[in-house]
Amino acid sequence: MLTVQGINVYYGAIHAIKDLSITVNEGEIVTLIGANGAGKSTLLKTLSGLLKPKTGSIEFLGKSITNQSIQSIVKQGLIHCPEGRRVFANMSVEENLELGAYLQNSDSLGADFEKVYSTFPRLLERKKQLAGTLSGGEQQMLAMGRAMMGHPKLLLLDEPSMGLAPLLVKDIFRIIQEVNAAGTTVLLVEQNAHQALKVANRAYVLETGRVVLEGDAKELADSEEIKMAYLGH
Amino acid sequence: MKKLNKSFWIGIVFAMVLYGVIQILLTTGIFDDVMESTLILICINVMLAVSLNLINGITGQFSIGHAGFMSIGAYVSAILTLNFDVPFVLALVISGLVAALFGVLIGIPTLRLNGDYLAIATLGFGEIIRIVLLNTEYVGGASGLSGIPTQTTWTIMFLFTLVTVVVINNFINSSHGRACIAIRENEIAAEAMGINTTLYKIIAFALGALFAGIAGGLSAHKFYVINPGSFNFLKSFEILVMVVLGGLGSTSGAIVGAIVLTVLFTVLQEYPELRMIIYSAILILMMIFRPKGLLGSTGFSFKKFAKKEAKPSDSINS
Repeated sequence: MLTVQGINVYYGAIHAIKDLSITVNEGEIVTLIGANGAGKSTLLKTLSGLLKPKTGSIEFLGKSITNQSIQSIVKQGLIHCPEGRRVFANMSVEENLELGAYLQNSDSLGADFEKVYSTFPRLLERKKQLAGTLSGGEQQMLAMGRAMMGHPKLLLLDEPSMGLAPLLVKDIFRIIQEVNAAGTTVLLVEQNAHQALKVANRAYVLETGRVVLEGDAKELADSEEIKMAYLGH
Repeated sequence: MKKLNKSFWIGIVFAMVLYGVIQILLTTGIFDDVMESTLILICINVMLAVSLNLINGITGQFSIGHAGFMSIGAYVSAILTLNFDVPFVLALVISGLVAALFGVLIGIPTLRLNGDYLAIATLGFGEIIRIVLLNTEYVGGASGLSGIPTQTTWTIMFLFTLVTVVVINNFINSSHGRACIAIRENEIAAEAMGINTTLYKIIAFALGALFAGIAGGLSAHKFYVINPGSFNFLKSFEILVMVVLGGLGSTSGAIVGAIVLTVLFTVLQEYPELRMIIYSAILILMMIFRPKGLLGSTGFSFKKFAKKEAKPSDSINS
């Protein structure tokens, strides 16, 4: 579904991603784990078009999207749910979701609302409330719901569990699995490697802009190297 | 959609009634010429404040070069009517379009900038326009242009103000307006939703500049003299204060802010030595007691009178 080949991304003089290649197959949950500064978020931003790679190619659904605009990438169903929730604070929950469907035509809007509200019943309860007044967990749900409004075929989730209480983290991961089971492929960036490896099919471990390990998520979770470096036991 | 239409028509009816009442007061002589001038000045400032609110309050692009767009409109329309005998209304439209063009021209290079940097760049733009006008012999240099036909009547002024408010308000309430608000709220998220942020920023600048230019033209044809000095940084700042005072991000707030400050300024003209002191004191008190502006950021809406609840599917892409 997604094939990334040998991309190099720079922030000015900083070489953030070095000759990186990954693939994501349809129906999978793939997770990227690694320490701060490993290039995980940078990679997601590059995939969704917020950043442009200097070299290398990105192919989505058999077509090159390497130098396409964000709008056309979003339209093709590759949707990025950015780090730190970034909800539109002074808009209601409902208006936030509407903006998620910005590029969709309005015919399917009612069904989309229903789908998101059934996945996140909490959002339905708060649909008229200003997004800025929601709790952290609710804002995360809103950010994910908003991304789902855009009919993602591949959903990029950047640190969905960041700063949430342990119970909510469990909820969020359960929902990620539900969304995946309903037919959306997920590429997940996480600091919480333990949980991420539990829900994912495959995983890539990133270090200073390179893939250093890849493989089946369960196997990686059991490997001594990963346990030592990322799982803390 | 119904909700929007209904509140829209209630607004139009209200405007018509307001116009009718003032027209009666003017023709019967209860309102004198001075009062008419004040009303026109209020309308000019409403146009400026509402158009600046689209850029600053709605799209969140902190611009303080609005007097620059206004001066372009004033000079272009004055030259057209003085030197080329272009009909007044046509001259206004052309001057608005030229100002909009400048809005796009300044927009493209500066819209990569954010916050303070954008403010400084737009401030610079306003000053450049002023200095260029000051040093151009063709437009009269420091003494400016005079003898501009005074063709701005209360009726024309009111009509243009109404058009400004209606067009900008409908833009804000459309899906395009939502896109602009999303940019203000969170630019990265807006971009990730597939909103073309650069395009919408340029549209906001162009539309804001268009109406500022027309307001400049109307002002030139009311006060028959224009010179670069009247479009300096303080003028931009005055418009900004109206927007902030009324409530950043609401059209009704911008209107109220423009009315209150224009009236205040007119009244205070009788006390020239105390004017700036009282004016400043009021601004300070306002910001202490109503930091979000007179009407806050949600503002007043005729929607309250159109009670029917809209379905979610009504409000986007409509």
